[in-house]
Amino acid sequence: MLNVTLKQLGLELAQKKISSVELTQLHLDRIARIDPVLNAFITIDRERSLAQARAADALIAAGKAQPLTGIPIAHKDIFCAKGWLTTCGSKMLANFVSPYDAHVVERFNACGAVVLGKTNMDEFAMGSSSETSFRGPVRNPWDPARVPGGSSGGSAVAVAARMAPAAIGTDTGGSIRQPAALSGICGIKPTYGVVSRYGMIAFASSLDQGGPMAKCAEDLALMLNVMAGFDARDSTSLARAAEDYARALDAPLHGLRIGVPQEYFGAGLDADVAVAVEAALTQIEKLGARRVAISLPNSGLSVPAYYVIAPAEASSNLSRFDGVRYGYRAPQYTDLVDMYCKSRAQGFGAEVKRRILIGTYVLSHGYYDAYYLKAQKIRRLIAQDFAKAFEQCDLIMGPTAPSVAFALGAKATDPVQMYLNDIYTVAANLAGLPAMSIPCGFGEGGMPVGLHVVGNYFTEARMLNAAHQYQRATDWHTRAPRESV
Amino acid sequence: MNGKHDLQWETVIGLETHAQLSTLSKIFSGAPTQFGAAPNVQACAVDIALPGVLPVLNKAAVEKAIRFGLAVNGKIAPRSVFARKNYFYPDLPKGYQISQYELPIVQGGSLVVDLTDREKTVHLTRAHLEEDAGKSLHEDFHGMSGIDLNRAGTPLLEIVTEPDMRSAAEAVAYAKTLHALVRWIGICDGNMQEGSFRCDANVSVRRVGAELGTRCEIKNLNSFRFLEDAINYEVRRQIELLEDGGKVVQETRLYDPDRKETRSMRSKEDAHDYRYFPDPDLLPLEVGDKWIEEIKSGLTELPRAKRARYVRDYQLSNYDAGVLTSSREVADFYENLIQALGGGYKLASSWIAGELFGALRRAGMEISQSPISSGQLAGLLQQIQNNAINGKQAKEVFDAMWNGEGEAAAIIAAKGLTQISDAGELEQVIDAVLAANPKSAEEYRAGKERAFNALVGQAMKATRGKGNPAQINEILKKKLRR
Repeated sequence: MLNVTLKQLGLELAQKKISSVELTQLHLDRIARIDPVLNAFITIDRERSLAQARAADALIAAGKAQPLTGIPIAHKDIFCAKGWLTTCGSKMLANFVSPYDAHVVERFNACGAVVLGKTNMDEFAMGSSSETSFRGPVRNPWDPARVPGGSSGGSAVAVAARMAPAAIGTDTGGSIRQPAALSGICGIKPTYGVVSRYGMIAFASSLDQGGPMAKCAEDLALMLNVMAGFDARDSTSLARAAEDYARALDAPLHGLRIGVPQEYFGAGLDADVAVAVEAALTQIEKLGARRVAISLPNSGLSVPAYYVIAPAEASSNLSRFDGVRYGYRAPQYTDLVDMYCKSRAQGFGAEVKRRILIGTYVLSHGYYDAYYLKAQKIRRLIAQDFAKAFEQCDLIMGPTAPSVAFALGAKATDPVQMYLNDIYTVAANLAGLPAMSIPCGFGEGGMPVGLHVVGNYFTEARMLNAAHQYQRATDWHTRAPRESV
Repeated sequence: MNGKHDLQWETVIGLETHAQLSTLSKIFSGAPTQFGAAPNVQACAVDIALPGVLPVLNKAAVEKAIRFGLAVNGKIAPRSVFARKNYFYPDLPKGYQISQYELPIVQGGSLVVDLTDREKTVHLTRAHLEEDAGKSLHEDFHGMSGIDLNRAGTPLLEIVTEPDMRSAAEAVAYAKTLHALVRWIGICDGNMQEGSFRCDANVSVRRVGAELGTRCEIKNLNSFRFLEDAINYEVRRQIELLEDGGKVVQETRLYDPDRKETRSMRSKEDAHDYRYFPDPDLLPLEVGDKWIEEIKSGLTELPRAKRARYVRDYQLSNYDAGVLTSSREVADFYENLIQALGGGYKLASSWIAGELFGALRRAGMEISQSPISSGQLAGLLQQIQNNAINGKQAKEVFDAMWNGEGEAAAIIAAKGLTQISDAGELEQVIDAVLAANPKSAEEYRAGKERAFNALVGQAMKATRGKGNPAQINEILKKKLRR
């Protein structure tokens, strides 16, 4: 039951082979057993989850089931969920119980899915290792001495260790895809604007996008069907006709042009990752796709541009955490300014403070043009690179991350090394393009490797189709870590 | 200010006015904007900046900004951008204010202002949309501060002038004209006590013909009197400083109306670096020609145009036309009145500016609260036009109408106020008056004009006020022909 697809789970529920309460219980028990080591969850609320499961069972009994009714889903702790502690991995919000539901949470609730719990993450989604949470680091189930990637590491591990059938995450520079790759699961960041950001605690508004994390491409499609859609409460939400992201899963890949950027296979890429990705590309060619060499000449500028734009927006987005209305307030202070300083100094962790400082700096008078405006120009160049590339190909493929999961603490003291983990993923956020990661083999230490797929705007169905066809021909995505953890 | 200063120094003033747009809900949330609610009951999740909430632009606020832009002949930007102005303050929940910075919705434009001796055109730099902050309350919290976020997110239009004004009087004249205009076009209720219309004044002085001096900004002047007094104080302060060999420091100052002086709030060195950048939560605001045309076609005749038309078509004096176009309500009252009368332009004008305004002023009322409607007043003025009553009687009827005693015709009947216009009857009365007052008649014939008035008074008295004064005049003149 822990290894089946969402579609299969839906059938089992419909056929009453298992109830939602039993399924939820099963996962809650597993969490209770193995999560003390993995630390993938910040909040579990058995009663709340089981109440939802009972309601789902009633819907199923009444013949009112929709896809995902009764299926437990783990929510990254960045999504506000009414009545749930919503901490965003920060001491700053350690006591914040959300009075409202995010759009995405509303959507899952409306279709009768069960909130299984809130998952651990890098503080305010700032990180690539899930080590910066106020609740301690998340561990990789393939090797608990290693990180699972981040920032949606808790969600990735919940799925990888089979503690949740599926999860949701957010991706600002790779925060869905990189942990999916490092933990051996699938994750997709849709086109910017496809999933409403309402109720998703903002890190960098122009880059943030929510998306599903699951065991296979087909599951991602079913999840995205629920998550996507226009929401008037988010001005950047796109008003488009609803689409079925699973509609093209079974299409053959004949004639599909796969662009392979030379820039993604140069220095900095570990050999074991390169071998696994190369093998995956060969496999996809065997399925009928054609490989095209392409170039994304400004790739090298994407990390620097990202680390100007994202902190700039974050420095402003995080100003609301001031100790005045909710969240952490220092116990002792002398006056207003002291209250601000102490509350923020004590409430935020080191990485968040670093990014607030960088962001404040690049927006400051006299530096704005040199940093922020220049980064915005680079952003346009990067989008143009992709536009040109998509004249030659339908999808772009390469490695998701330059290495397999690294050891806990290995990069914690070197932010630049940590930031370079995002080298292949941030460009899609800067351009607003949909991008996903799927498992494509194992590298050093038996750790999973992810294949990165970038599509043109609104081609999620095509991307999921390619991934699904690949997964029909391979079994990397069915491999789970040993039970021993 | 003494005369010596006037000759040597020139004052330069620019104004920034915050007009609260009279929308039902806030500029970026659905919470209501009503004034006076209990603290924080009109603050929703967006206004208190809960984690995860996002702003959504209120189209009605944009529509009002465009209406203003059209009324001042400004350029409506086809694309304008909302920016974040970042600073920490307890009544600023997000830690930034959403405003427009580099690309405001209204660019340029001007306002013609009447001064005592001439007209003056004040040029506008821009007008941009932004949200208001909440309020910090420092009393009643035992040494702590209370925060009321009801006002947070209220839509404001900040209207910025060029440094075109040369005296406090000009600044006040501009502010009054602007105040009348925003009310006229229905974008702001203009309530200054509630903070719906408040001015910041940028004031500097220079030797006539010299470069612009260093300016000081006086914040939050919420009455015309404060605006005038604050500028006059500030001008005096700057001139005295410069004449004593000092220097004006660029700074923000606050006006203390109790002490009638401005004092330093923060200097340029302490000025915030607001770190403006485009708000990524809001798309650039695109305004199409079609929308602009729609708004333009709904725009009413503006006060200056109306005033010119009154002078041209109704032969009113420029002054009277100005009085009648001082607000949309007054102009509407006047136009309804003359429509009901089918003319009577001057009569209607003098009754509104005279009796009606007098009564309203005594009662402390606005014209919209007048107990006498334009239709009722028309009923009264018709009686005058028909010579049914004279002016004195009409005033009596007016007072009765004001007190709610009914329509003019009914009051006239009830009080028996019908005017005597029968020439035969009046001649008899006048003959009796002349017989009883031979001395006055003699004096008038000898050239004393005042004696004539005394005779008219006697004749009116003899008719118990009912005589038609014009006729009495005429008959008396005829009989006393010298």
